Amino acid sequence: MDAIILQILNGLDKGSAYALIALGLTLIFGTLGVVNFAHGALFMIGAFCAVTLSRLLSLSHQVAVPGEVDFLGNPKMREVPYAYDIFGENLGATIIDWAVPLSILFAIPVMIGIGVIMERGLIKHFYKRPHADQILVTFGLAIVLQEIIKFYYGANPIPTPAPSAFVGSFDFGALIGFDPGTIIYPYWRLVYFAFAVVIIGAVFAFLQFTTFGMVVRAGMADRETVGLLGINIDKRFTIMFGLAAAVAGLAGVMYTPINSPNYHMGMDFLVLSFVVVVVGGMGSLPGAVLAGFLLGILESFASMREVIAIVPGINQVVIYLVAIIILLTRPRGLMGRKGVMED
Amino acid sequence: MGILEVKNVNKRFGGLQALGDVNLSVAENSCHAIIGPNGAGKSTLLNCLVGKLIPDTGSVLFKGESVLGRTPFEINQMGISRVFQTPEIFGDLTVIENMMIPCFARRDGVFALHGIRSVASEGELRDQAEQMLEDVNMLDKRNMHSASMSRGDKRRLEMAMCLVQKPQLLLLDEPTAGMARADTNNTIDLLKEIKDKRNITIAIIEHDMHVVFSLAERITVLAQGTPLVEDTPENIKGHPKVKEAYLGEAA
Amino acid sequence: MFGLNRKDATLLAIVAALIVFAPFILNPFPAESGWAQFNAGYPDLMQRFVIFGIFAIGFNILFGLTGYLSFGHAAFLGVGSYAAVWMFKLLSMNVIPAIILAVITAGLFALVIGYVSLRRSGIYFSILTLAFAQMSFALAYSVLTPITGGETGLQLALDDPRILDAAAAGGNIPVPSLFGMEMRDSVDLTFGAWVFTFNFGYYFCGLVMLIAFYLSIRIFRSPFGMMLRAVKSNQQRLNYTGLNPRPYTLAAFVISGMYAGLAGGLMASMDPLAGAERMFWTASGEVVLMTILGGVGTLIGPVLGAGMIKYMENIISKINSDILHTWFAFLPDGLEDVVVGLIYPFIGKGWHLTLGIVFMLVVIFLPGGLVQGGQKIAAVFRRRSANAGGAEAEAAKQNPAE
Repeated sequence: MDAIILQILNGLDKGSAYALIALGLTLIFGTLGVVNFAHGALFMIGAFCAVTLSRLLSLSHQVAVPGEVDFLGNPKMREVPYAYDIFGENLGATIIDWAVPLSILFAIPVMIGIGVIMERGLIKHFYKRPHADQILVTFGLAIVLQEIIKFYYGANPIPTPAPSAFVGSFDFGALIGFDPGTIIYPYWRLVYFAFAVVIIGAVFAFLQFTTFGMVVRAGMADRETVGLLGINIDKRFTIMFGLAAAVAGLAGVMYTPINSPNYHMGMDFLVLSFVVVVVGGMGSLPGAVLAGFLLGILESFASMREVIAIVPGINQVVIYLVAIIILLTRPRGLMGRKGVMED
Repeated sequence: MGILEVKNVNKRFGGLQALGDVNLSVAENSCHAIIGPNGAGKSTLLNCLVGKLIPDTGSVLFKGESVLGRTPFEINQMGISRVFQTPEIFGDLTVIENMMIPCFARRDGVFALHGIRSVASEGELRDQAEQMLEDVNMLDKRNMHSASMSRGDKRRLEMAMCLVQKPQLLLLDEPTAGMARADTNNTIDLLKEIKDKRNITIAIIEHDMHVVFSLAERITVLAQGTPLVEDTPENIKGHPKVKEAYLGEAA
Repeated sequence: MFGLNRKDATLLAIVAALIVFAPFILNPFPAESGWAQFNAGYPDLMQRFVIFGIFAIGFNILFGLTGYLSFGHAAFLGVGSYAAVWMFKLLSMNVIPAIILAVITAGLFALVIGYVSLRRSGIYFSILTLAFAQMSFALAYSVLTPITGGETGLQLALDDPRILDAAAAGGNIPVPSLFGMEMRDSVDLTFGAWVFTFNFGYYFCGLVMLIAFYLSIRIFRSPFGMMLRAVKSNQQRLNYTGLNPRPYTLAAFVISGMYAGLAGGLMASMDPLAGAERMFWTASGEVVLMTILGGVGTLIGPVLGAGMIKYMENIISKINSDILHTWFAFLPDGLEDVVVGLIYPFIGKGWHLTLGIVFMLVVIFLPGGLVQGGQKIAAVFRRRSANAGGAEAEAAKQNPAE
């Protein structure tokens, strides 16, 4: 029992990332009808927003340490972050420590901006072109974006720690009445899961309860009719693209403590996220979320030692296997609507 | 017994009864028109005949053989060709290539792997294709990119592609929709010629009563998925039920 | 000639000439000069040009003709490589059986994957092929290590059986050969300051590519090729014309998989090892880039695209900032730094950025790739020469100041 709960928990953080990326992919596909291969790059850029902010906050200058000299007689120098000068030493240290969560504030405008520029500058011109062209141009864009990041940040992963309050693990098993030490779970992963739930909830609430969301949902169902009603659907879709970019970016920001960001992390996640979207059902938002978590947990179960002993290598292929089976037996996915992109 | 026998065909889409107990018998070498107001189920019926849809119940016999459960290409190989309401042609190919594909289908069946032979060496099929193009007055356009032609030409090309297969039954879905009167008359002449000289049975869906009454020998009137009457054009003209359901609107 | 019309025969002759004279064409700079680093005429790179040319030609038969975008074609290349290396290990170092097995294995693999994947079209087909390829990669990397060599890759060993070959003399691992002629054999021709290398392996690959190219022309001009274009154009009409699109697309898929297997087999023949990374999805993406860049659906396009990308990968990636500084040394110091700084991100390790940008520009503005670009330029020139007199007069009128 405890082993099962542990695997479910282990699957949650990856599942959260899949769900968030797949949610954005589905928003874009459902509203704009565009298959966006650059969506993984947005996730990656989000992660690098966190890297950038934590670097900016840690920018420092040298200050002489009073009363101490090195062996040459020069005053000893000490690195002091500008943040200390601005906010004072205590608050400054806290701010630096909390760089990753603070990056959310920084990432939202950046990501929305990038998303809007992408949509207006490029994607817009591909609405009427075949899906293959959309895949190709966004694939090219993904290469460009990741190479730009590689140029400025290098090819190596950049460790970006969580706030010290969330570093380390806690005994989740003891909390729910199991023997102590059976279910040890890192704090930050729980934070990530909670964060994902909040974001997903916010997106759904936004679509469900605002007029804007209503129009977008109507547009997802039948784009032409909504256009005929005289509603400026294009403008809303641009905003939608920015929103999807922001969701992907935030998923990336908060993922940095779990996995040190590198320039190709987006592509790694993208391939799996496409599989998630297909399994969930092309154009179905709840499907994307559900499939994201399901596949994350499934992957985690498949990597249990007991399972691998029975079916070697299953952990590597389980997601693809599920996707293939789903695509062949139920082309519209778990929750896809009948008739939407079924063939 | 007609070449096409439709018996008690039913088709539902969710709560909508698209076809209810449709019976239809098309005699060989005749022209049978199916008319009815919008939403009467004409296109659904046509889709059931060519394998795009499978009826819930009932039977469709072509030359005494059931077509149900067969794929569109199998049904086509049995001898049924279909012209669509909006022309369905191979837009990326030239006119002559468009024409040669049905020739290959007729000669080689549903699949043949001629990967090394050259299209240019298929003289006999090319002659067939060019002959047919000449019959529809399109020979001069043979090397044109077919997507760049006018809608009328596309429709003629599609008709020629169907005819070159020498089908026994030709299904037409509103072949004159959106045409000028002169073009409509040309189409009527072409269809008459098809029926009389090529011995092809025609089943036609049409809104234009001028076309229907100049071509059809039998007319079936569909309304809300069920056949109201089936009779000769003369009798249909005066039929009170038809007037009420269909012609009445216009009159 | 060979059942081709004049235009195609000319194209074939041009490709043959390019293959034969590549060691000269690709080595335009004297060996000792500063420009020698732009020489691409060394065996290793020339082999890669033609091998990836074969890969792209095969991919184009599927994507160019039917429009089905496979994102997992590298799997077949990888399978072909493994099959060839196994043949070297078990049977003989002769490349012929290795290549034959590579093609057959890749073909069977493609038959299975294609049969399943082709039940869907469009984006679903792309994702299915991607999923299959990633699965193959993951399996080759982990569970199938006894067959694939896992992370280290599959390599030859001294104690491999090689039942047809005599025991290796001198305790060296034997090298792939064609009836005794080793693939790595090279002859250098020194011509003044120029050195040209003629490598047996390259010419062997070149001959295979020529055959592969010839076959692809025949396929393009055949009824089968016409049906494939019809599949791309309008499947509904094809169905209602009494033709089943599925076997046509499957045949195209298998043929292009066999081309990929051939490329993989040749790759292993030039350098007898095979690794799982050859199957990774970025490798599949690369062949997509090659085909699109060169001109999808055209005969020569994929070969050009493959050549261009491999050239960029090997040559542009070698330029570093020192070289840039020597190039722009004639500029004033400040300006020199600015120019070098502007160009620097696009060269060296940044060549992928250049590739991505070029690729996007091609997809946006030149969907027909380099070939379409060439045709457009040719059309402009033809128009100019056609009404040269009139055009000149007009130009003079428009630019009175000149």
